[in-house]
Amino acid sequence: MSEQIKKFMYINRRAPYGTIYAWESLEVVLIGAAFDQDVSLAFMDDGVYQLIKGQDTSEVDMKNFSPTYQALGDYDVTKLFVEKESLEERGLTLEDLMPLTYEDEDDDWAEKASIRLVSRAELADILEQQDVIFSF
Amino acid sequence: MKFAIQVNEGPYQHQAADSAYQFTKAVLEAGHEIMRVFFYHDGVNNGTSLTTPPQDDRNIVNRWSELGKKHDLDLVVCVAAAQRRGIVDEGEMKRNGKSAQNIADGFRISGLGQLVEAGIQSDRLVVFGD
Amino acid sequence: MSTLHTVNKSPFEKSSMESCLAYAKAGSSVLLYEDGIYGAIKGTTVAEKVTAKNGVNFYVLGPDLKARGVSEDKVVDGIEIVDYAKFVTLAAENDKVQAWV
Repeated sequence: MSEQIKKFMYINRRAPYGTIYAWESLEVVLIGAAFDQDVSLAFMDDGVYQLIKGQDTSEVDMKNFSPTYQALGDYDVTKLFVEKESLEERGLTLEDLMPLTYEDEDDDWAEKASIRLVSRAELADILEQQDVIFSF
Repeated sequence: MKFAIQVNEGPYQHQAADSAYQFTKAVLEAGHEIMRVFFYHDGVNNGTSLTTPPQDDRNIVNRWSELGKKHDLDLVVCVAAAQRRGIVDEGEMKRNGKSAQNIADGFRISGLGQLVEAGIQSDRLVVFGD
Repeated sequence: MSTLHTVNKSPFEKSSMESCLAYAKAGSSVLLYEDGIYGAIKGTTVAEKVTAKNGVNFYVLGPDLKARGVSEDKVVDGIEIVDYAKFVTLAAENDKVQAWV
């Protein structure tokens, strides 16, 4: 049982900074990366705000953890599903998000986008295939 | 069946801590196994021995300790979340030069890997939060 | 794979129930508990959203109804009132649990 690879999905539905959920959730993803599971992240509802570029916390004296998303690729966390409808509802497009990438070792280390824009229906199908859902 | 429970909220502020306890008890009564209860975010406050509710209210911390003792439960408080919120065991007290420890009976402090491992080894992960 | 979705927030305060309903597929189950029980009450503006969702099994946690003074006859027809033992059964019967916290 412990040897099998499970499909892990980390659900992000909360905005950053207002509460600590987004940051502490990311800490689990970083630790979890060492366990060699099949990891995905989903960003829906206010969770899409976590990926907005240009975050600057200098005047609120909080830790800006947004650079950590860029490091996820180095941890082999390369599937960040962003729900299209949640972006649209908030007047956002992919252009508003950080350009997160990873190097694909199976494709001569080609640089690829980690963010995968999916519809709500597509994300529902992806969630259906998961073994474990982490919510924070 | 093996269940793992994740508790994201502290006692009294949110019902999540109560719901998680009632669910855990029901899992055990149904004859299933609880492989771990993992306390994260403000949920780490379920594991402080300093909690002193009024006499006519439930003692959420003691309730966990008692259930843990009865069923030999693995009650794990996340170390990073706990340190942020001022919950330390003897080891963490010494390591961080603090004057006291306050981990409640039956709880242990450990890393986030314990949550990930619970996700891998359990048949069901059930999350209680805000 | 079937999923047990759990919703613990009032649909009048948070969007978690709405999001859950958008994601719950036919054959899955939705359990309303804690303040989520307010989504299970007849005659509200959200009740019809629940009843309009075909192929999803709805449950509401009895102890949380009772605690809030909501009598069982106020619960929307077709939503089954369950206890904690049934909550456990639902979690076991489905392949996984997704908490809409």
